[in-house]
Amino acid sequence: MRLPASTAIRRALATPRGRAGIMALAAIVLFGIFAPFALPDPFAQPDIVTEAMQAPSALHPFGTDQLSRDVLSRVATGARVSLAVAAVAVALSMTLGALVGLLAGYLGGAVDALLMRLVDGAMAVPRLFVLLLLVATWERMPLVALMLMIGATGWLGTSRLVRAEVLRLKDADFVRGAEALGARSGRIMFRHLLPNTMGPLLVAATLGVGDVILLEAGLSFLGMGVRPPTPSWGGMILDGKDVLTAAPWVSIFPGLAIIATVLAVNLFGDALRAASDPRET
Amino acid sequence: MKWLAGRVGQAIVTAALAVVLAFFLMRAAPGDPLSRLGDEHPLSPQQVQVLRARYGLDQPLSAQFRAFVAGAVRGDFGTSIQYGRPVSDLILQRLPASLLLGGTVLLITFVLGSWLGAMQALRAGSAGDQAVGALSLAAYATPSFWLGLVLAWLVGIEWRLLPAAGMHDPLLPMDASWATRALDIGRHLILPALTLAVVNIGATMRHERSAMLQALREPFVQSARARGLAEGRIRWHHAFRNALFPVVTLFGLWLPLVVAGSVFVEKVFAWPGLGALAADAVSARDYPLLMGVTVLVSLMVVGGALVADAAYALLDPRVRRA
Repeated sequence: MRLPASTAIRRALATPRGRAGIMALAAIVLFGIFAPFALPDPFAQPDIVTEAMQAPSALHPFGTDQLSRDVLSRVATGARVSLAVAAVAVALSMTLGALVGLLAGYLGGAVDALLMRLVDGAMAVPRLFVLLLLVATWERMPLVALMLMIGATGWLGTSRLVRAEVLRLKDADFVRGAEALGARSGRIMFRHLLPNTMGPLLVAATLGVGDVILLEAGLSFLGMGVRPPTPSWGGMILDGKDVLTAAPWVSIFPGLAIIATVLAVNLFGDALRAASDPRET
Repeated sequence: MKWLAGRVGQAIVTAALAVVLAFFLMRAAPGDPLSRLGDEHPLSPQQVQVLRARYGLDQPLSAQFRAFVAGAVRGDFGTSIQYGRPVSDLILQRLPASLLLGGTVLLITFVLGSWLGAMQALRAGSAGDQAVGALSLAAYATPSFWLGLVLAWLVGIEWRLLPAAGMHDPLLPMDASWATRALDIGRHLILPALTLAVVNIGATMRHERSAMLQALREPFVQSARARGLAEGRIRWHHAFRNALFPVVTLFGLWLPLVVAGSVFVEKVFAWPGLGALAADAVSARDYPLLMGVTVLVSLMVVGGALVADAAYALLDPRVRRA
């Protein structure tokens, strides 16, 4: 039996892993929100002759890149971009996944068969390739479109998860009771079933954030994600690739930022999964 | 047998759906697949017209779709814009390098990952288990291309221990023996394989750890204990063999994902495989080539899942009756 989402969060926060994850994540979010106000302009190129590729120092703790921009400022602003992409994309994929899962699981029959067949087919095309096909042809994809695309390709697994939960719950007394009282399908799905799938949805969302951050970084590293000069961690690693031997810090710090963020989210997600499913310990 | 026939039929339907989906994804973006070609090379409107006619983009969508499906069934995905050669030739040429890299990575992650996962399960909750678990989570959080760059820089360029790019040494004499050549490829293989193994091994470890924990609680393990068998024999002969089972069947599911996941690493190490081919196709807006690779990877996903299910059914007769 799964536990309600709030209990799972409380239990996850009681573990060292879950606490470490959520505290590190909070620190990164606060850093992304407030640090850019106190740091140099991430777009400014003070002097590309004398101040480019400066090693880390008191003035530039993460050094400067080949255009003399402050790497720490760009890592901080990149945090905003990465976290915003992750938040929007995951919110969209959880919504779509919950919707499809509820419809397939509760309505059953032909709707279920059709939706799940489509999900099977879509799952055969790896998410990265779907995104590559889209970004390769889309003219000047704006950041919002990138967020939505990443979100629109991430709901397949979630829909199966929600469907399985719904199948498990749909013969439960509280559902049968609501049906006997004449509640409509929509009300049963969204009022009775959806709240009970929040636990697994929350785990999927948390782990999904880490996946999206890595995916966006990968696309930006290929030059296909967030467009320069907007700083993104993957794009910064790409910038640093050409000066790797002369100025390794340009690539190294954004990479460490990705690892720290994804690890923090996954530590919490892991603790959450263990807490919501007691068998998994 | 009837089970297998049904499962194969299901796989064919899934594969067909995936191919159709790939086609419409390409058309879902605003503009047509050639509209971004001008980003890299200035093209005159006349040149664009010629290209559109050559790739059939001036036809109605239904005709394009028919042509695509007719070609896909024969394994013909048209001509690469960038190379001017049939997509199927390019793919066949790059496939061996991808299979070599993917196979090596799978072997490492499978052997090492299941051993490490089993060791974790035997010491579940200990400081070692937690440390290894945290390390594997950190590895899973690492972008493969970043790790690849760092390894190429440190091991390949700073320390000059291993080649940091390509699959062959271009300075190798023409008459070098096959052993020299194999050794050369092996040296080039180490860094990309290591990079991919590090970022992928955590998943195997996690599966094996939980399978082993479960196996250790099974009645047959308790009965082996009751019969007074040596603990080492119980662990490795009884529990581990059964705990391997779910991981072995994952093999078929992971091979295509290793190929798909190597896009970044192949790009970083200039490994001449399908992943690098896909990455280059994206940069060059070479949509027939990107389509071809996508369809192949999707077919591998469907085929891999089929093999995994068949293996499972072969090993566990209950599945066939279900």
